[in-house]
Amino acid sequence: MDRSAQAGPVANVLAWSVLLFLLLPIGIVFPLSVTDQRFLSLPYEAPSLQHYATFFTSERWLASTWQSLVIAVFSTVLAVTSGTLCAIGCWKLSTRLTDLVRVLMLLPIIVPSIVYALGIYRLWIRLDLLDTYLGIILVHGVTGIPYVMITVTATLANFDPRLEQAARSMGANLSQTLRWVIMPRVMPGIASGAIFAFIHSWDEAVLILFIASRALFTLPRRMWDGINENLDPVMAVAACVMILLSMLMLAGDLWLRRRRER
Amino acid sequence: MATLAAALSRTAPQTRILGASFSWWLLIAPAVILMLAFYAFPLAEVLWISFTEPEPGFGNYERLLTSPALQRVWMTTLRICTITTAITLVAGYVVAYALVSAPPRMQRWMFVCVLLPLWISVLVRAFAWVTLLRSQGVVNEALLGIGLIDQPLRLIWNEFGIAVGMVHYMIPYAVLPLYASMRDIDPRLVPAARGLGATRIEAFRRVFLPLTLPGIVAATVLVFIFSLGFYVTPAILGGGRTLMVAEYIKLQILDLIRWGVGTMMASTLLVAVVVVLAIFARVVDFRRLFGGRH
Repeated sequence: MDRSAQAGPVANVLAWSVLLFLLLPIGIVFPLSVTDQRFLSLPYEAPSLQHYATFFTSERWLASTWQSLVIAVFSTVLAVTSGTLCAIGCWKLSTRLTDLVRVLMLLPIIVPSIVYALGIYRLWIRLDLLDTYLGIILVHGVTGIPYVMITVTATLANFDPRLEQAARSMGANLSQTLRWVIMPRVMPGIASGAIFAFIHSWDEAVLILFIASRALFTLPRRMWDGINENLDPVMAVAACVMILLSMLMLAGDLWLRRRRER
Repeated sequence: MATLAAALSRTAPQTRILGASFSWWLLIAPAVILMLAFYAFPLAEVLWISFTEPEPGFGNYERLLTSPALQRVWMTTLRICTITTAITLVAGYVVAYALVSAPPRMQRWMFVCVLLPLWISVLVRAFAWVTLLRSQGVVNEALLGIGLIDQPLRLIWNEFGIAVGMVHYMIPYAVLPLYASMRDIDPRLVPAARGLGATRIEAFRRVFLPLTLPGIVAATVLVFIFSLGFYVTPAILGGGRTLMVAEYIKLQILDLIRWGVGTMMASTLLVAVVVVLAIFARVVDFRRLFGGRH
């Protein structure tokens, strides 16, 4: 390639400064979590795992981690089942009405969480679902549907509809066609949709402020209170735990992509 | 008789097709029911409440015109969103530009740097910025340590802190559409302009930049919309001293229990987002973005 099409040294230096800026807050959390001090700071003398010990023996932090996991797993199941079926139905029918359905399914990505939070808070007061597993799982599940819709729709985009027609004409009924023809094909989309839906619930920090108060305290909720009250070093450990799970999910997604490309 | 049989034989497959499409609709039903009952309905209720509480009418919306406090919240929000969008776009443009011309190996590393933050909880990132920017934070300690300053700078709990956190959150969302628009540009165009005598800057300004316009528009819309309703980062890095609209809404509902004003502000926010989307829907191919058919 001609040299003049390459970015100049100035552009490259600027670009890398921006990239370092992007990594800075992620990079700082781990050193903070191994501080040997009683307050939030970088380690003074030697790294120490004392705050990890505190986290993993604290009933409150462990309970929050567990609650976050349970909620994320069940809301992912809800989002993945309903979202996948919906994406397949929309793909097959592909009418004006299903285009409308697609827009409906994308609402949670377009509408600011704070606006929806008011509505669901009001509805859950009436239905007595505040501070319950069911209430949070429903909310996280419904708001996770768009991610599944997008990933599954993407895998269906280059799927020949005649395959489905062939299966039907050879006598397969709808559930057989779904199970043996369509599902294997969209599995990668379902898997990465599930990863996104899981992360969505695991990280969700706005809706939870409204729909949970005492009984249920997810990890983001506990971090939120910690940031606003006392900047305890255990917070850095909690942040690392959250990052670790995200990284596991990211690794899973990359692995799936690589397998798909092969 | 023969025509009847022919008519029947023609209608029979049709009813089967209708029946078949019915069962496909059944697949769509659960998600639609969930979304209508637990998303669209509560959302509609927010709009409804804004007109009916504390008393029916446009009272809440009138306050928007008469109350300086409400106007200040909106002005603050628009100001911070504009600043954020402008900085994000410049930073994102530089990254996308370097990204598109980098050799493949380098490109992969740059992509990791851009995409990694997207996977990290927004709350964790806000927390990290607090630890970095507060007066006993890492940045101030470092600057004091090397003697560059003798008093901690006030980097947080003001608009500066909010802007840092928001720009950090938004950059990946700007890089992706910008990169997509740059990748589609024929790589021979800029060298051609140079060959015809254009300087480096001219070639960029008159050939490259105009071609990336769709990407710039898409990135602007995306970042601006996300910024408008952003809650977590402004709430934490603003420390309650700089009120943006999302935090104002939260205060109205959870602390002051003023549903009328809270839902009015939320409805206005929703309308603002939809209007921005609608204006730019012609330029940005949202149907492709959202997976619809062409």
